[in-house]
Amino acid sequence: MNPTGPPRLDIDVLLDDPATRIIVCCGSGGVGKTTTAAALALRAAERGRHAVVITVDPARRLAQALGLSELDNTPRPVPLRDPGSREDGGSLHAMMLDMKRTFDEVVEAHADPGRAEQILANPFYQSLSSGFSGTQEYMAMEKLGQLRESGEWDLIVVDTPPSRSALDFLDAPKRLGRFLDGRLIRFLSAPAKGGGRALRLLGAGFGMVTGIVGKVVGTQLLTDVQRFVSAFDAVFGGFQERAERTYRLLQAPGTAFVVVAIPEGDALREASYFVERLRGDRMPLAGLVLNRVHSTGVPQLSSVRSLAAAEALDEHGEHPLAAAALRLHAESARVRDAESRLRARFTSVHPEVALAEVPAQPEDVNDLDGLRVIGRALADGADRP
Amino acid sequence: MSARERDWDGVRLHVVTGKGGTGKTTLAASLALALASGGRRVLLVEVEGRQGVAQLFDCPPLPYEERRVAVAPRGGEVHALAVDPEAALLEYLEMFYGLRRAGEVLTRFGVIDFATTIAPGVRDVLLTGKATEAVRRRVRRDRARRDAPGTDAPAPFVYDAVVMDAPPTGRIAQFLNVNAEVAGLARSGPIRNHADRVMEVIRSAETVVHFATLLEEMPAQECLDGIAEVAGAGLNVGGVLVNMVRPPLLDPDTLARAALGETDTAALVQGVKAAGLEHPEEIARGLADELVGHALRVRLESDVRDRLASAGRPRYELPLLTDGVDLAGLYRLAETLRDQGAA
Repeated sequence: MNPTGPPRLDIDVLLDDPATRIIVCCGSGGVGKTTTAAALALRAAERGRHAVVITVDPARRLAQALGLSELDNTPRPVPLRDPGSREDGGSLHAMMLDMKRTFDEVVEAHADPGRAEQILANPFYQSLSSGFSGTQEYMAMEKLGQLRESGEWDLIVVDTPPSRSALDFLDAPKRLGRFLDGRLIRFLSAPAKGGGRALRLLGAGFGMVTGIVGKVVGTQLLTDVQRFVSAFDAVFGGFQERAERTYRLLQAPGTAFVVVAIPEGDALREASYFVERLRGDRMPLAGLVLNRVHSTGVPQLSSVRSLAAAEALDEHGEHPLAAAALRLHAESARVRDAESRLRARFTSVHPEVALAEVPAQPEDVNDLDGLRVIGRALADGADRP
Repeated sequence: MSARERDWDGVRLHVVTGKGGTGKTTLAASLALALASGGRRVLLVEVEGRQGVAQLFDCPPLPYEERRVAVAPRGGEVHALAVDPEAALLEYLEMFYGLRRAGEVLTRFGVIDFATTIAPGVRDVLLTGKATEAVRRRVRRDRARRDAPGTDAPAPFVYDAVVMDAPPTGRIAQFLNVNAEVAGLARSGPIRNHADRVMEVIRSAETVVHFATLLEEMPAQECLDGIAEVAGAGLNVGGVLVNMVRPPLLDPDTLARAALGETDTAALVQGVKAAGLEHPEEIARGLADELVGHALRVRLESDVRDRLASAGRPRYELPLLTDGVDLAGLYRLAETLRDQGAA
């Protein structure tokens, strides 16, 4: 179809390779990331992998697509009623991240019951585990690490959180880790540790900062933070290190990033930015999945000629059906051309990025068969003979 | 001003949300233009740091400062502001505590970073706080007296309306419900008091939340979920802005038959021949496939429209701008919103 174009992203080669252990789907909002993640996991499972897909999307769309009424924080089996399922067949599990639950589990796993209870009841911990920006990303990565360590699945597909910025899942865990290990929290917690020495180490400006923080947020918060940190410190330490560990897991050879986009200006701009960022962070990029690509039933008839033909028919007031069909075609040819231009802009900047295209579907995906169609389209995007 | 009926008279803060990809920034900008037309002054507030507003209005990136970005039809002005949470926090500290110079120390200790990127709700209360402050801001007394001497009425508002290009639907209820958000963190003290003041404006009849959507299942579902959630949080639901609507090209009867896969291929071949195109049979087959695909999509769109209607909110349909969104397109969308009574 396009011999001089970008390399094709061969989805089946990626899914079938036992060395592929983690696939991360990322991209801006509204491009079909969740659906892509689910379709990849389903296809992998039906090709013999033991796959699990983690979603963090609060809209519960993956649940709908997987035919589940609800997802929770533990992977649930998805019944694959594939008639031709083989003896050595794979399996599919799906889960939706509950960030608070994940955080609670981390606490319960690491602290003795008494201290765990103390931490879980702390008001500052409760805001931290359910409201802090970055907690969701941190916990998504934590969960990914847990599933990877459990060894129960040979392929984990991750759908990234719908963040302010699509890159937040790379940055937020470290930012939160830095904060938890950082100067501010040491300083806020200093009095609880009786740390006159710690205070002196913090140097000038200390009194000023306590004054302002106390004045603005109230002293109640300071007390909560102090109690939280002293309980937490004894148990953990090293939040930043934990975040670093998952970050390194993402850089490891078994990981493949799939950037998801649609052929529209904003989405492709974001995809372009993402590709550059992944390269900068030495994250292994498998390629770009371009969803919702439009095509036409009559590729040889250009938009301009089709419109001219429709106008010619209108002039004589004859063949209204053909005239309407030609107008419709003119519009779809125009859309196709515009999309080709946008794609060409991306591929000329990133000629080395492999590409798989999924045609726009006439109806939305809401069952496994719909996901299978997407999976097949993803694989066909490789254009193999 | 004409006495024609407008759906949102009395509303001074229009919050526009929507699922990613529904064009909420475009619709927020068009709504601002529509509200400004006829000699009014409207502020468009961007809170997500994307500089989408500057791109739309074809101007350089907006600083943390209100500036005029467009002149509305029949007089009127749209001003825009990209709220930067850090700047808003420093401004807030200065305004209430006279602490401008403390900024450097706070930055060094990571307090600013903490407050604006990590702490739950603090970032949001700064962003919503800036918008609600603009809603309440009045022309300075001395200036008001000069313009209308001898009156004792309160000075007029600086902006007739404020439009906020808000976070996506999935986060909107949490974003606006700042009170609940900061409650866990600050149960008393100035942050809490500030949140209470912000909430007063957001809960009042002066504020509504509009939802941008497309005639597609997932955006529509998110829109309906969002409406329920916003209403559940005790906030006022505004209208449903249906974006990128394509005009019907075929009569209902032809569409209904095409949706069943029935197209009059013979008539298509005749027509294609009459238009003088080569390979008429082949072209007609392709056109027939396209007709069927189109009919299925129209049927789906009509189902989605029915579901959106079930929310019982005013609906406005905005056309797909086939040449992409540019300044002319914004004015066209603004006009369409006015024609339908949204402004």
